Amino acid sequence: MGTLLEVEDLTVWLATRNGPRKAVDGLSFRVDSGEVFGIAGESGSGKTMTAMALLGLLPHAARTGGRAVFEGRDLLAMKPRELRDVRGRSIAMVSQDPSTSLHPMLSIETQVTEHMRHHLGIGRSEARGRAVELLSTVRIPDPERALGAHPAQFSGGMRQRIAIAVALACEPRLLLADEPTTALDVTVQAGILRLLDRLRRERDLAVVVITHDLGVMSAVADRICVMYGGRTAEVGPRETVLTHPRHPYTRGLLDALPHPEGGAAALRPIPGSPPSLGAVPDGCPFHPRCAFAVDSCRVDRPEPVLIGSDHRLACPPDPLGESA
Amino acid sequence: MSSAKPKSGTPGAGRRPARPGGVLLRFLVRRLAAALLLCVGITLVAFTLTQLVPGDPAAANLGQSAVDDPAAVAAFRAKYGLDQPVPVQYLTYIGNVFQGNLGVSQQSHRPVAEDLAEFVPATIELALFAIVLSLVVGVALGVVAAVNRDRWPDQVLRVVSLGGVSMPTFWVALVAFYLLSFKFDLLPGTGRLDPVLSPPPYTTGFYSVDAALAGQWDVMWSAIGHLVLPSLVLAVYTVGMLMRFSRASVLEILGNDYVRAARAKGLPERVVIVRHVLRPAMVAIITVAGVAFGSLLSGAVLVEKIFSWPGVGQYAYRSAVNLDLPGIMGVSIVVAAVYILINLLVDLLYGVIDPRIRLS
Repeated sequence: MGTLLEVEDLTVWLATRNGPRKAVDGLSFRVDSGEVFGIAGESGSGKTMTAMALLGLLPHAARTGGRAVFEGRDLLAMKPRELRDVRGRSIAMVSQDPSTSLHPMLSIETQVTEHMRHHLGIGRSEARGRAVELLSTVRIPDPERALGAHPAQFSGGMRQRIAIAVALACEPRLLLADEPTTALDVTVQAGILRLLDRLRRERDLAVVVITHDLGVMSAVADRICVMYGGRTAEVGPRETVLTHPRHPYTRGLLDALPHPEGGAAALRPIPGSPPSLGAVPDGCPFHPRCAFAVDSCRVDRPEPVLIGSDHRLACPPDPLGESA
Repeated sequence: MSSAKPKSGTPGAGRRPARPGGVLLRFLVRRLAAALLLCVGITLVAFTLTQLVPGDPAAANLGQSAVDDPAAVAAFRAKYGLDQPVPVQYLTYIGNVFQGNLGVSQQSHRPVAEDLAEFVPATIELALFAIVLSLVVGVALGVVAAVNRDRWPDQVLRVVSLGGVSMPTFWVALVAFYLLSFKFDLLPGTGRLDPVLSPPPYTTGFYSVDAALAGQWDVMWSAIGHLVLPSLVLAVYTVGMLMRFSRASVLEILGNDYVRAARAKGLPERVVIVRHVLRPAMVAIITVAGVAFGSLLSGAVLVEKIFSWPGVGQYAYRSAVNLDLPGIMGVSIVVAAVYILINLLVDLLYGVIDPRIRLS
């Protein structure tokens, strides 16, 4: 599997009332073609801003630094026009809530076909034919009829399937799925995750799943990046990160998950709350909440270093390592 | 995991799309029925108001000397049915109204319906011209202001729209008349047609349309030329107002997830604005435009006076000062009916713009 997207030292400054503040701070990761890469973190950790930066859809006054090389070209250095030709065609997005991301007043046909016709230059009837195929791929019953309908006529799960069909319309190489199941019922979530997994196998599609939900991660991701305060805490293969976490934050997140046999008593919350924009502490952003923090954590900015096969950790004291 | 979020419909199963045709028809019928009921209500209000107005129509119309003559007064009252009990007067009146009989004007001594057929279209033609002009200019400028939020085009347009809504209409009318018509003679100033031309055969009462239907092109161009100046003056306020509402409405829509989703599809910004932003923004804009049209109808009196436009405003004024009850009631009913018609049109447009309305 080749590398499809290589993000190096991505930094995003957002304009705030008190001047520019880093929402993403020196993030690096790579996505191989055909894999599901998970970015995990609490709200405010910079997950969504990472996706928006890749698509060039950041708020007006935001600035970016670093590189994001996609199929040999740096997305961050592209002119708006060039980037527009990549958006929707080579990189597509599925957002959190399909009841707000689908246009309430446009027919399903318009929403599935408009960018197809724009990017691929195909006619109305050809686009319509493809749309019918797409809708049956994502298992919408009676696709012909669904084309004439509007989003309000579908349930939440169906809407997210339609949103996925919209994203797949131009056969993109990379799908950015920002909390794709958060707004859905638990019973529907599994169906959407299975769909994403099937699509990436059938279509050689790489998927970046952004979520705060480690349960979702363990279900679909091949590799996982855990973010905290706009920085990488730990990145590696799913098995390694979820079963042998080395960063105290990853450990804390896993301890905060309910266990099937543990009951409610087993839940252990992480003390404190994540830093807000512009109030990220010096040194390791997690140190004020970390039980293992030592003096150097307050001063030194930890960089991710290779600690195992494809496993990187940004925690020099490494209190959870074998040696400790 | 936030699974408690309320959602419509059962998860996993799509609801069946309803037949759009049948639903639209039912929507239309419902709206029409409501409009008809409203019209009856308006006749009642108009009738009650005339009952409450102090002053005796007999005295106002016969003159002071005749009021002293009981026979003349009784004859007047008998002729116009004023000797009947009030509910009977109302029933007689509403029966007549539904046959298109609005009574005889005590001032022009012609049927009110005939008077109105002449005066009302003149005002509607003017107001329509003004509202179309306002919509085109106001919405376009509002969109420009919104997409350039807080940059110089927005700042400039903010001053323009503030000027538009702040300048009193009578002042704009006088200045425009003086400059554009009198001083530089760019546009015809008064009346609906050049004095040498005669009105086109009556079909709609709109001179521009009637002339076009009759193939009298010189009359049509003259009619349109005469519409420009008064409708420009009327549009100054509504352009300013629609610009502000369009800007606010577009800004609100721009913040939606579906706009970001449209951009994420790589569509050109022009398509994003026109298809994904302007359409939902129009819901709020046409609401305001409907109200603005109503205020154009009633606010045209000044403009009609200054530009000698033979419209319903002038007619209403004359009826009111002469206590011409059939005239006043006729104007009230027709203007209210036009207002209701406009609101009906706005409601229908909601259904056209937003499928959720016709489907619910």
